Amino acid sequence: MSKKTLIVIGNGMVGHHFLEQLAATPAAADFEIKVFGEEKLLAYDRVHLSEYFSGSTHADLAMGTADWYAENHIDLCLGEQVTGIDRDKQTITTPMGDYGYDELVLATGSYPFVPPIKGNEHPNCLVYRTLEDLDSIRASADGVKTGVVVGGGLLGLEAANALKSLGLEAHVVEFAPRLMPVQLDTDGGALLKHKIEELGVQVHTEKATTEIVEGEDARLRMNFSDDSHLETDLIVFSAGIRPQDALARSCDLAIGERGGIVINDQCTTSDPHIHAIGECALWSEKIFGLVAPGYTMARTLASVLNGDQEAAFTGADMSTKLKLLGVDVGSIGDAHATTPGARNIRFNDEQAGHYRRMVISEDGKTLLGAILVGDNSHYDTLLQYALNGIELPEQPETLILPESQGGAPALGPDALPETASICSCHNVSKGDICGVIDAGCSDLGSVKAETKASTGCGGCAALLKNVVDSELEKRGVEVSKDICEHFPYSRQDLFNIVKVNGIRTFRTLIREHGKGHGCDICKPAVASILATCWNEHILATDHVPLQDTNDTFMANMQKNGTYSIVPRIPGGEITPDKLIVLGEVAKEYNLYTKITGGQRVDLFGATLSELPDIWEKLIAAGFETGHAYGKSLRTVKSCVGNTWCRYGVQDSVGMAITLENRYKGLRAPHKVKMAVSGCTRECAEAQSKDFGVIATENGWNLYVCGNGGMRPRHGDLFATDLSDEELIRTIDRVVMFYVRTADRLQRTSVWMENLEGGLDYLKQVVLEDSLGICDELEQHMADLVGTYQCEWKTAVEDPEKRKRFREFVNAPSKKDPVQQWTTERDQRRPLVEGEPA
Amino acid sequence: MRARISWDVVCTVDDLVPESGVAVWTEDGPVAVFYLPHRLPALFAVSHTDPFTGKNVLARGITGDLKGQPVVASPLYKQHFNLQTGQCLEDEEVTVKTYPVLLDGNNVRVEVPTVNKESAAA
Repeated sequence: MSKKTLIVIGNGMVGHHFLEQLAATPAAADFEIKVFGEEKLLAYDRVHLSEYFSGSTHADLAMGTADWYAENHIDLCLGEQVTGIDRDKQTITTPMGDYGYDELVLATGSYPFVPPIKGNEHPNCLVYRTLEDLDSIRASADGVKTGVVVGGGLLGLEAANALKSLGLEAHVVEFAPRLMPVQLDTDGGALLKHKIEELGVQVHTEKATTEIVEGEDARLRMNFSDDSHLETDLIVFSAGIRPQDALARSCDLAIGERGGIVINDQCTTSDPHIHAIGECALWSEKIFGLVAPGYTMARTLASVLNGDQEAAFTGADMSTKLKLLGVDVGSIGDAHATTPGARNIRFNDEQAGHYRRMVISEDGKTLLGAILVGDNSHYDTLLQYALNGIELPEQPETLILPESQGGAPALGPDALPETASICSCHNVSKGDICGVIDAGCSDLGSVKAETKASTGCGGCAALLKNVVDSELEKRGVEVSKDICEHFPYSRQDLFNIVKVNGIRTFRTLIREHGKGHGCDICKPAVASILATCWNEHILATDHVPLQDTNDTFMANMQKNGTYSIVPRIPGGEITPDKLIVLGEVAKEYNLYTKITGGQRVDLFGATLSELPDIWEKLIAAGFETGHAYGKSLRTVKSCVGNTWCRYGVQDSVGMAITLENRYKGLRAPHKVKMAVSGCTRECAEAQSKDFGVIATENGWNLYVCGNGGMRPRHGDLFATDLSDEELIRTIDRVVMFYVRTADRLQRTSVWMENLEGGLDYLKQVVLEDSLGICDELEQHMADLVGTYQCEWKTAVEDPEKRKRFREFVNAPSKKDPVQQWTTERDQRRPLVEGEPA
Repeated sequence: MRARISWDVVCTVDDLVPESGVAVWTEDGPVAVFYLPHRLPALFAVSHTDPFTGKNVLARGITGDLKGQPVVASPLYKQHFNLQTGQCLEDEEVTVKTYPVLLDGNNVRVEVPTVNKESAAA
């Protein structure tokens, strides 16, 4: 059967989500898929657009990668605008030619509405929707003082935040009597206005702009209908969106009276081969200007194309929870009490700046809607009551009263029905979470990976954690953090016990705080903690038996019982002389030689007894141990930087060497990798490391908690434009906080995801010192850096320690008879089982 | 061919590593000798060969106790073996060979069955 052609017009968040959903179904194989995007950039996250001004790049905001499209055989045509659709011939037209389709998906989104005000065509009148728009705003804001946003809705306030982060004096002009008129009521709007003004954004409500003219003190002057005026250097219109339905109109698809491509429950338009999803689509007379409903349409359409007869879009919840300019705002369901007979309960604390309103049904049994300003901590509970029709308690006001005044605690996860939606971005219900837990997920991180819950806007993080913990507990999965049967403590508890009581040996710790003799779980974990606290040699008599075999012999055991050796090559920089020594040693001991991914050289096939002799030679040539065997810093990869590269803006090699020498030898809950790139081209792949540093014109951007491996994760942007000193101080703090608080064998990514509050919390602790521990963290790191020793140098110089490396203690010259070798591509390798010698 | 038993001196106390193992060569092949000074008896000897892989590595595993049994964890794939019985805790069909071991003054002796070479030659 020849494949059908599916064309998608529009590569925004919803268009991309549709492709992700479709790619996961068997139907993906039935289609040749082509995507046309008007913008030159791959789909990106418009919800977090204002982060573009606080350091995020397109790559940070991007939803997918070009590689993903290639892997899924999706032909991606960016910057190619579709100019016409011929429904009879089933073709579309672009400046490059005509393309036939069997099925066509319109995901063209919306465009910003610019009110018809005289003078609105001035070059400093702008809109806020695309990254290109943001570039224009940045250019316009250069060297001027004031900016105005027209529109006090959700997007308008986001835009005001963007102007503020550009250093402008920001104003918001709103036609309605209050901010966010759709989501908030009079009291809520008034409180939000007050809070935003406290943050330095001036709010002007009930202002109708009549014209925009040349200004006297600034570029422009806005004249209002009440004869007042406001001078400003630039104006951003954010007065709502209109569905981008021009293409659909031009080929006579059914269009709503006020715009929007009419779709049915299957997201199909008046033409059975043309479908529409997202903000361009009009369902049941409604346009949905939020991303979650768009995603729901995308999922529905993917199911429809996959042959699911039942799939239907049945509307979407428009509840929202946001942080606007740092102020919590929440709006749920029928916030304006339009349901007949609806009643209100209000709580308004002007002193604390908290406003909460509940809209309840006439019989007082169900929650219809709610408004929250200043504190969203009640949002999750209220949303669950509203969405699931859970019967309200007898005194429903307790739900919004502060606990000190008799307020009820948050709704426990047990009270939620299976159908309760936990993550609306990815449509994950409590039942879905129970399902993956039953299928084997046993912690928060794996539930997130499996369901994608809480990986969209992240608003449901706290709720998700509660549900997962409660469900695990119900199944008798030990949510117990006990490290093993010998200690009733988590790794973090053990760390504190060791530190506070000054415990220096495993023996003392288990005698005083545990039971039995220990095992291969707790011994290496405690060895790591002792190393972090006191930094004694890992082969000291008390510590030897605690180490994993790799640490015991300071080399990596391979499958045939021999070891590999990785000398440290800081930043991947090595002199020809040292390179020659590596070659000579490898040749002398017949070691298989391979370059690692971390810009080092790995020498394989050394026997236990050869290790000290090999290291003696390496140390004499100036090498140090590379800790490839330890749960510790491995390597700091670097690109060549501005010393050689035409594009480099900082000395990335120099910084990589500084970082590698600073953190080498540090013991951590798991291995730690770092990289430094000399410019935004990112040749060192720093974003896939636990700590990634990328040079900017002004210093360094720091990304944290990335990793490669089985579940790759890009690091999160943590801080921008840091000086050398600031960079090192920040890394010191994050590393130490990780080492002290992570679970055993927990990489930084999972650690961060499991911190309640996640990245924001980590930023508060490290950048704002919210726990008041930063001095201590820095001091602890300084102590560790000051007591570094090359473990191999100490070991080869100590005859007692060298004794450990005898293969057979009573037969020094005896070779292990089970090691058998062959030659492949001119190098020695172990024989595999059954292979003739 | 007739098997005989001998108590071979395999090493001295100074060769042992507390709470850990060392490998020795015996007439019966490689043997791992563990010294757990906080237990009675404190000495254990099992085959040095990991039964799952056939590689000679068990002396390099981490020792400890699980549910009261003295164990060593294979450094390759982490299965646990009871040091007294040789029983693998993860797979009841797998065992490692155990050897009687004792301290004779400063010498560590392991009882190994060996092939009687004289009668083999006869």
